[in-house]
Amino acid sequence: MKLNVRDLLVERRVWLTALLLAGFVACVAVQAFGLCNLYVQLILMYVGINIILTVSLNLINGYMGEFSVGHAGFMAIGAYVSALLTVRGFPAAHSAWFFPVAVIAGGLGAALVGMLVAIPSFRTRGDYLAIVTLAFNMIVKSVIENVEAVGGPRGFMGMEKLTTLPWVYVWTVLSVWIIRNFIYSRYGRGVLAIREDETAAELMGVDTRQVKLLAFVISSFFAGVAGGLFAHLLQFINPRSFDLLKSTDILIMVYLGGVGSIAGSILGATSYTVLLEVLRPMGVWRMALMPLVLVVLMIFRPRGIMGLREFRWFVPVRDFFSGALPAPKKEVADAAP
Amino acid sequence: MPLLEAEHVTHRFGGLTAVADFNLRLESGELIGIIGPNGAGKTTLFNLITGVYRASEGSIRLNDRELVGRPPNRIAALGVSRTFQNIRLFKELTVLDNVRVARYGAVRYGPLQALTHAGGFSTEEDRIARDSLDLLGMFKLADYAAERAANLPYGLQRRLEIARALATNPKILLLDEPAAGMNHQEIEGLIELILWARDVFKLTIALIEHQMQLVMGICERIVVLDFGVTIAAGRPKEIQNDPKVLEAYLGEKVEV
Repeated sequence: MKLNVRDLLVERRVWLTALLLAGFVACVAVQAFGLCNLYVQLILMYVGINIILTVSLNLINGYMGEFSVGHAGFMAIGAYVSALLTVRGFPAAHSAWFFPVAVIAGGLGAALVGMLVAIPSFRTRGDYLAIVTLAFNMIVKSVIENVEAVGGPRGFMGMEKLTTLPWVYVWTVLSVWIIRNFIYSRYGRGVLAIREDETAAELMGVDTRQVKLLAFVISSFFAGVAGGLFAHLLQFINPRSFDLLKSTDILIMVYLGGVGSIAGSILGATSYTVLLEVLRPMGVWRMALMPLVLVVLMIFRPRGIMGLREFRWFVPVRDFFSGALPAPKKEVADAAP
Repeated sequence: MPLLEAEHVTHRFGGLTAVADFNLRLESGELIGIIGPNGAGKTTLFNLITGVYRASEGSIRLNDRELVGRPPNRIAALGVSRTFQNIRLFKELTVLDNVRVARYGAVRYGPLQALTHAGGFSTEEDRIARDSLDLLGMFKLADYAAERAANLPYGLQRRLEIARALATNPKILLLDEPAAGMNHQEIEGLIELILWARDVFKLTIALIEHQMQLVMGICERIVVLDFGVTIAAGRPKEIQNDPKVLEAYLGEKVEV
């Protein structure tokens, strides 16, 4: 049976749009009518923020195969830029209206710095790039600690609680969608080719600098967005919220869920965030249990839950369903001896 | 005017001169062989032409455009493509994606279209997919399009590597030991394939090879390297009887 690609596309698009809209309505309803308690709402928002962080880091560590360990540094920039804007930049009376602008500004700030971090990635790979990103994370933290204008080590506050469940939902969907689009484009194929064999990629005409620059800019943009949401959820940020431990948390979510997979990132971020909350009654012991879970996972599934595999709804029909591809032209088929 | 012209190309790794004063004029449509013992600098030469290394001295020009100093992806865009001595496919990617990656330079959309999948993105992606599948079809690889490249048998991996190299629309194709690991019969097939590709894609080919069956069979001209120095150049017949070549391969003649 020959499946019609266009029908498949349309059918799937209708379902996806309906599902996403239903999700949004649910988020608005939960918030408006208080369908679940504030604690659960808070956890849901953390899940969303962590999904954004995980998907964006997976682009660099999973898809591109680099090892960036300073993702929290970008998050810090997004958090401080957006918080400064809503507290000091915009008229307080209308700060709710300016919130999306502030979050985007936070993302742009992080993206700008992401560009700077991309430059060493042109020349070094692997362990060396890991050290560069590690240093970057530490630099960001110490710089903030030493700027009195943003509270130095005491942190920064005064933000209104502008991050709501619907906002987190919108940003999560947007970041997953955009990063997924990027992966299934010529740049995304370039990213994968760099992971597989950088020299061969360059020799096959891939502009590896352009690809790396774009990947870092997009990744850090969304880390900044996550930071902006985080700042207006907690209403208090300090440099220690964005130290290496935070970066490690994001790394764990990436490798738990699976490298090179959007579905994996969502799974990893959700399960890690929820698990840590569920295990809260265990007190200190949960910090002993979690690493154990990770070790066991790495033994049985070294590439994470979804490593390099993808939930088919995230894959464009053109890339997933080989039957959707046109058959090669008759006149050229099997021409080679 | 020659298609590719190398003049006084020299490359040093620290104190070691890997290629010394190499000169070559490659006319459009030619098929030449580069031979020499292991470590003679053959692959280094390919790396110099394709921009993996930057020549210490000398000039390499394609259609009078200087290649030395350009990054590999720019050189690929100008029309130089290659295969590798030990197959270097993108193993985890599908056969189709291996070819589509190499179409990177032929895609006409920017980052914004890529991030939104809008503004002509689909049309362009469909075009790339169709082009790439046609190419795979020509190479009898269309049935494997959705297969991971690593899952292909050795012979087909070699074939895919040539198809991928052609996806960049090259003028010059550099083949680095294409017959490595092949038996007599497979080499016959490879010879046919190379000659076919040259005609269909209007290629100029330079190949490195140890298999004399292949080199002597199809190359119109042969360049012999030893320790980075060009020790002989000419038609296959002339090369076979050149005393310097025999010496490089078999050692000096000793009076007993």
